[in-house]
Amino acid sequence: MSKKNESLGKTIGVVLALCLVCSILVAGSAVALKPLQEKNAALAMQRNILDAAGILEPGMDIPAVYNERINALVVSLKDYQVQQDVNPADFDNRKAAGDPDTSTRLQKSEDIAGIGTMETMTEVYLVMDENGNRDGAVLHIRGQGLWGTMYGLISLEDDLNTVRGVNFYEHSETPGLGGEITNPSWVKTWEGKELFGDDGNVKFDLVKGGASNEHQVDALSGATLTSNGVDALIDFWMSDKAYGPLLAKLRKGELTNG
Amino acid sequence: MASAKEMKSVLFGPIFANNPIALQILGVCSALAVTSKMTNTLVMCIALTAVVAASNFFISIIRNHIPSSVRIIVQMTIIASLVIVVDQVLRAYAYEISRELSVFVGLIITNCIVMGRAEAYAMKSTPFMSLLDGIGNGLGYSIVLLVVGFIRELFGSGSLFDVQIMPLVSEGGWYEPVGLLLMPPSAFFIIGGFIWVLRTFRPEQVEPKE
Repeated sequence: MSKKNESLGKTIGVVLALCLVCSILVAGSAVALKPLQEKNAALAMQRNILDAAGILEPGMDIPAVYNERINALVVSLKDYQVQQDVNPADFDNRKAAGDPDTSTRLQKSEDIAGIGTMETMTEVYLVMDENGNRDGAVLHIRGQGLWGTMYGLISLEDDLNTVRGVNFYEHSETPGLGGEITNPSWVKTWEGKELFGDDGNVKFDLVKGGASNEHQVDALSGATLTSNGVDALIDFWMSDKAYGPLLAKLRKGELTNG
Repeated sequence: MASAKEMKSVLFGPIFANNPIALQILGVCSALAVTSKMTNTLVMCIALTAVVAASNFFISIIRNHIPSSVRIIVQMTIIASLVIVVDQVLRAYAYEISRELSVFVGLIITNCIVMGRAEAYAMKSTPFMSLLDGIGNGLGYSIVLLVVGFIRELFGSGSLFDVQIMPLVSEGGWYEPVGLLLMPPSAFFIIGGFIWVLRTFRPEQVEPKE
């Protein structure tokens, strides 16, 4: 190594040139591969939705089945009207929740799920049976867990009360403890549980030590804060502030196709 | 240009004679984390081999211009950029696997094999030889990971590359899987066993008693 290499000018020059080359490399690959990655992300979301709806089978052609069985609608969470001018294929729930134009900041007191902002419109997935009749719905849910936001989908039977499945497809809970929210055998315990009581209020609960009725699911052991988070996010999203009126409308059949 | 014999020893030496995991005990953390399934293991091996080969190559090209005061940072920048590129490629072409590998692709940046080869070999050698050295060390890493992955997936879930070889009891078959093998610590035992076997055949690798 020559002396010349050690001069201040040379050091700065080499570092700057290197940074420039590396940043072009990184930015170039990120931009060039973005369309493919977005396609993958969209496919993964379709897969999650089919999984929550209980339709997913290994080896199936996901986009084809999705197009046939899922009717996606973008619905306002203010007046609960279908937004005809928004194409569901271009709509991104998470983007909407982060954009000030399409979200509202929640008051501390009402923000029980710890999500900060709530989107003013959301994507609702109506599940269709083979004959094209509505057979349940899949809804986005999310809320604060122990370490971060848990993103999930909840799938309901056609009475829009009984749970068919739940799929927390993205979370950062502790593996083996809170991370068990994705454990298939725990997820199975949600099946057939009812979200609402006879009075129409949310009655669903995660309980410690033995779920005893149709509104209860066992909390995860060793993951109190995660369980509380799941509990709170169901309470929040199924309340009248979020999906409550939407589900009521769906039950009356007023939201079938706009 | 180096002789063919030297090239061969640089390329194949790290597989058994100077294995980065078994002899140098580098890069063990990812060997524990990603070896529960063969598919993930294979992708991780390809990713690491690509990164170590490319980083060796590029670092070697500019080795005479790297000021020694900032050489580690320069190496890290190159390695980190390559890892990001590999991560992006995986997300585009192997989305499911990249989700399962999650942070461990990013952690190639801190994999001691990559830094170790950059500092120990690429800084002193020609680009072509450095490239061979990178591929060789990648292969050495891969062989250990593939052995570990093979044992863990075959006996832990009765399958290889997600194809069921031994039908599980829970699905009506006869094979009771060894749950321990799906846990990361089991890779320690297997790597230990690998080193034992290797050193039985190559006694020169055994450290002298202190």
